[in-house]
Amino acid sequence: MKRIYVKEEWCLGCRLCEYNCAFANSGMTDMVKALRGKEIHPRIQVETDADGITYAVSCRHCTDPICVKSCIAGAISKKDGVIEIDHSKCVGCLTCVLVCPYGCVVEDEGGAAQKCELCMKNTCGAPACVKGCPNGAIVYEERGEAE
Amino acid sequence: MNFYPEFEVVRNDSRCIRCRVCERQCANEVHWYDADGKVMLSDESKCVNCQRCVTLCPTRALKIVKSDCRLRENANYSDQTIKEIYRQAETGGVLLSSMGNPNPLPVYWDKILINASQVTNPPIDPLREPMETRVFLGKKPEHITRNADGTLNTQLAPQLTLSMPVMFSAMSYGSISYNAHASLARAASALGICYNTGEGGLHEDFYKYGKNTIVQVASGRFGVHKDYLEAGAAIEIKMGQGAKPGIGGHLPGTKAVGDVAKTRMIPEGSDAISPAPHHDIYSIEDLRQLVYSLKEATEYRLPVIVKVAAVHNIAAIASGIARSGADIIAIDGFRGGTGAAPTRIRDNDGIPIEPALAAVDKRLRDEGIRNNVSIVCGGSVRSASDVVKAIALGADACYIATAACLAMGCHLCRSCHTGKCNWGIATQRPDLVKRLNPDIGSQRLINLMDAWRHEIKELMGGMGINSIEALRGNRLMLRGVGLTEKELEILGIAHAGE
Amino acid sequence: MIPLEGQVRIPSGCAVSAMISRDGRRMNGEQIIQSMVPMHDRSNGLGGGFAAYGIYPEYKDFYALHIFFNDKSCQNECMTLLKEYFEIVQDEHIKVRKIPQITDEPIIRRVFVSPMQSVLRHLQIDEKELVVRTVNRINAQLDGSYVFSCGKNMGAFKAVGFPEDVGRYYRLEEYEAYCWTAHGRYPTNTPGWWGGAHPFCMLDYSIVHNGEISSYDANRRFIEMYGYKCTLQTDTEVITYIADYLLRRQGLTLEETAAVIAAPFWSTIDAKPEAEKQMYTYLRNVFPSLLVTGPFSIILGFEGGLMALNDRLKLRSMVIGEQDDMVYIASEEAAIRVMAPDIRNIWSPAGGEPVIVRVKEGAF
Repeated sequence: MKRIYVKEEWCLGCRLCEYNCAFANSGMTDMVKALRGKEIHPRIQVETDADGITYAVSCRHCTDPICVKSCIAGAISKKDGVIEIDHSKCVGCLTCVLVCPYGCVVEDEGGAAQKCELCMKNTCGAPACVKGCPNGAIVYEERGEAE
Repeated sequence: MNFYPEFEVVRNDSRCIRCRVCERQCANEVHWYDADGKVMLSDESKCVNCQRCVTLCPTRALKIVKSDCRLRENANYSDQTIKEIYRQAETGGVLLSSMGNPNPLPVYWDKILINASQVTNPPIDPLREPMETRVFLGKKPEHITRNADGTLNTQLAPQLTLSMPVMFSAMSYGSISYNAHASLARAASALGICYNTGEGGLHEDFYKYGKNTIVQVASGRFGVHKDYLEAGAAIEIKMGQGAKPGIGGHLPGTKAVGDVAKTRMIPEGSDAISPAPHHDIYSIEDLRQLVYSLKEATEYRLPVIVKVAAVHNIAAIASGIARSGADIIAIDGFRGGTGAAPTRIRDNDGIPIEPALAAVDKRLRDEGIRNNVSIVCGGSVRSASDVVKAIALGADACYIATAACLAMGCHLCRSCHTGKCNWGIATQRPDLVKRLNPDIGSQRLINLMDAWRHEIKELMGGMGINSIEALRGNRLMLRGVGLTEKELEILGIAHAGE
Repeated sequence: MIPLEGQVRIPSGCAVSAMISRDGRRMNGEQIIQSMVPMHDRSNGLGGGFAAYGIYPEYKDFYALHIFFNDKSCQNECMTLLKEYFEIVQDEHIKVRKIPQITDEPIIRRVFVSPMQSVLRHLQIDEKELVVRTVNRINAQLDGSYVFSCGKNMGAFKAVGFPEDVGRYYRLEEYEAYCWTAHGRYPTNTPGWWGGAHPFCMLDYSIVHNGEISSYDANRRFIEMYGYKCTLQTDTEVITYIADYLLRRQGLTLEETAAVIAAPFWSTIDAKPEAEKQMYTYLRNVFPSLLVTGPFSIILGFEGGLMALNDRLKLRSMVIGEQDDMVYIASEEAAIRVMAPDIRNIWSPAGGEPVIVRVKEGAF
């Protein structure tokens, strides 16, 4: 299955991916209208480690996803390899945020859980973070089955 | 003395989403975020107009414009001239510049037009018919010889084989980044052409691209050792550079860090100064000795290129080189780029490549020694049509560097000498070097050359020529526009309508 | 005034034809003249000509110079120069038949010469080189004199007019040759000059050519490095010099020469067995500037044979016919049908594929 992978070697820490993600999932057609004056809640986040190395973090769509097991509302499921959240079922307990070992499930602006769904539910077509990365540091590719 | 900045950052606040990408990407620290006012601010005096922020701004909220705050107009003392005087009065220093001469001096390529077939012979469609761009560079024998059984003796002086008549010219590791070198090396290898190490040695990681590498020996001899010489497909002796004829090079100690210093074989942090002359070459006969020393060292397996800047007496100089044992002459015109050069020299020394090339080709033919050497020309070859015009004037191949840098992301801000290249090319700062991902850089170079090759084929097909060798020196395929009698005579072409 | 050959580059379209007996049988010029008639429309009356091999058996040891002179003073000037280097064996008018179609003729002379041994020793060159240098000098420097044929036991006959008229004019039915080539010219920008008609000759090489080569200036500027002067600025001239340079001066075979002029494509070369691949690569590498591109079909005549060659894309027509000891070559099959009405074996060579015909050893 194709997944998003990050190459920290090429991450510039510019954070464009975060903004592209937020815009892609805003449901709007204009980035300015979608993001200007707002705090963004992207599903991919650039982390900086102690050495100043930056890298983007987003859902790995685990083979054995702990978030799915932990969801008390049955809102998180895995379909065709993609882990999805059904927002209508989410009760906002955020257990999934606590259990995700990678910190990839986050709170959205309304207090519910959200995570990367590979831009399959929005109009973007392909992961917006990948398309917008200026240095090829985020890729969407087939690398065999992950753990 | 304080000036109003040369550029203005124009930020359209109604579009700015405060993502701060501009701030994070500017090595010159022009932009910053003011949390109190929740607004992006900028210090335009630091801006070099490299367009990094403009390119990365996701909402197109930014543009950089030339400031219209000017000193009182004066056709003789331009704004720039006056400011340069102020700067020198302040510092007492030599002005430095980077990349090629930006002044409005004649670009002869733009005054030369290419022929096409009509009626009397057919144009050839490169999509339907073979169209060949393979080139061999090197000395050709005066007479063929045969083996005892009568077959041709196919032994030749060493040749450089190129899939198309374009190579990436010398840019040293040090003046440009590791990732820039990696991009050039990988692209040259994939394309079947060559790149050139420049005078900075060859990083050990790149020895594997040796078949597509020209290793340079320049006056500082930085990074030169036996393995280095043997690693490449050809050796280039750099006598001069179009952007700065008659002077050497200077890599500041701040750039001679880590692997750069190691590759140059100099102590870390020390300035790498290449002298103006090679101190073992004060005359043409000395050049011959160096040519043969290098050939001897590499058992005559590799062609030797001698690179010179296009200067006034270039035809005679080239004739001397052609008789020095060199296999290839590279001529670098005065519009050629540089990582750093004294402004006065860059802008005033040397001559354009077009008349230099024409004069050299003619001189070597007049002397009957054109076959002794191949000619490579550089110094602002900007497009496929420039390549075609250069070949038709008499070049065997072209060197490109500025165009290659542009392909890798350079925006010609001409600030290489600051070492803060925001595009990761002319810098050694690890955070900036990282900005050039060689996967992307090499692919863009490959794309550019693929595009040029297609265009060269289209242009050749239009002329009814289906192999590049039939274009070489084929000056009937060129016509001048708006050139004087003398210019036409030197270029060896007729005027349009003739 | 419209510029003449030599003052401007002149491309032209054309008709070519040739016949050769592999047995060395000598035939008069009637058939070759007739072969040009059906191809009348491929010429425009601005040039026609023929080359004939084996026509001067009684003078076969001497160079037969065919020369145009504008007037008597040109002739005197030229003959004075010739006498410095050559013994004049015979100096005569070339007999012509006055016909209304051919006018404005110059003085046309045939001079059999023999190089002086003392001159050869002095200059340290062989006799062929002396002939070449002298002819080049006359054609480049002596205004009003033009040597248009200078081989042994062969000669070219050419004029402004349609080829069939030129043949009649020169009374070619009175000459007997084992090999004839013919040319009708369709130049696009000349008023027509006798010297500019084809064949173009150098020593015993003669070239008739149909096409307009796109590599002209690349070829010219290369070949001029080796003492040739392209005074006419025509394709035929430069191709003749290329043939002379490769065959005589470099000692290439006809096949090797063809592989330079109409080199196989790299894709073809790279697919060949190693030895051949090396040979073709070597030739293209060493003589890149002698690759001829653009459309051409040429017939190169030489002592004892001829070679027909098309450009590598076959952008010009050329067909070959074979019957008994005879080989016919022409731009159109119609021309061959005139020479050999019952011929069965007619084929079309591929682009860049040389067709080499040699007369039996000892039969010429």
